[in-house]
Amino acid sequence: MALVKKTLLDPVIRNNPIAIQVLGICSALAVTSRLDTTLIMCLAVIFVTSFSNVSISMIRSHIPSSVRIIVEMTIIASLVIIADQLIRAYFFDVSKQLSVYVGLIITNCIIMGRAEAFALQNPPWPSLLDGFGNGLGYSVILIAVAVVRELFGQGKLLGVSIIPLDTEGGWYTANGVLLLPASAFFLIGGLIWIIRTVHKDLVEEA
Amino acid sequence: MLEHYISLFVKSIFIDNIALSLFLGMCTFLAVSRRVDTAAGLGVAVVVVQSITVPVNNLIYNHVLRQGALEWAGLGGADLRFLGLITYIGVIAAMVQILEMALDKFFPRLYNALGIFLPLITVNCAILGGSLFMVERDYTFNESVVFGLGSGIGWALAIIMLAGLREKMKYSRVPAGLRGLGITFITAGLMAMIFMLFSGIQL
Repeated sequence: MALVKKTLLDPVIRNNPIAIQVLGICSALAVTSRLDTTLIMCLAVIFVTSFSNVSISMIRSHIPSSVRIIVEMTIIASLVIIADQLIRAYFFDVSKQLSVYVGLIITNCIIMGRAEAFALQNPPWPSLLDGFGNGLGYSVILIAVAVVRELFGQGKLLGVSIIPLDTEGGWYTANGVLLLPASAFFLIGGLIWIIRTVHKDLVEEA
Repeated sequence: MLEHYISLFVKSIFIDNIALSLFLGMCTFLAVSRRVDTAAGLGVAVVVVQSITVPVNNLIYNHVLRQGALEWAGLGGADLRFLGLITYIGVIAAMVQILEMALDKFFPRLYNALGIFLPLITVNCAILGGSLFMVERDYTFNESVVFGLGSGIGWALAIIMLAGLREKMKYSRVPAGLRGLGITFITAGLMAMIFMLFSGIQL
């Protein structure tokens, strides 16, 4: 039970894929300007990391190590195609906004990195937990960034007005900078700062 | 017509910079930008691979995957676009492998200089992203050649600039928690804001 908890929860903060392992940054910056697109993206990533870890772990003793990258790529690409087709079928508007970033889950290093670092050495059940945990760690950062960007950039969450904007007679002047993609860099930089101030051992050498 | 290609070229380097405006290839962008010479090596490798794979994927998309592209084989109704993702990544992996062998045989010096960066490029999202944007924006073959070259150069430019800034940063006192990755994010954010100035240019 302790092992389950550790494999599942470690990647959420202590060993977070985005803030500590520096994996999967591209989509974290590009899709976080609104909460609804972010949630769909997170679900897709959790789905792909969990199942790619399980599938790779199940065939891990049959893959010759010289062709393992290609095998992993094929498994991941097939899973991403499934996720992409599902999003197109059920959330067409969101899929237009996510544009190429769903396809780019293939090259999201979290998935490849976890397959290489964990699934190739461990049985399917821990691999599933590790994949799920890392997907969750990715989602925590993305959702945190998206909440800040949508709430203070537009005064809304999931399209529902939370803070009344001055353009609509309220008191809050929307901070337009947060809608620009560059703001995600500052927010993630700040999150890294917070995590590393709490966990002092993660501070890098100068 | 030439004017159209030149403006597409300038646009893909500066206005739609693939690293700083579209945020592709970020993992390597942040991880391999410690030193200018390694950053330059990786940049060159990306330019080469990008300007080969985007046109090749363009040909495959237009002549095999697109709806109605297989008319000549009696498969006019076939729409293979859902196979796009797996095809592009296959082409990229194969191209990188071929390029590696060719460089090893004909340009051993360049091969040694690029070293481990070549295989890494397969999983660089700037490369796959280039192909996906090419499909989404429906470029013709000539446009895809220009776009591939331009976006590769744009990415190389961005990573070399970031590496230059990080080398200088050794002399500054960065707060403990921000050292390394944190301050790199913030630097990249400032660079992205500076690159937004280019978006005002009308072409």
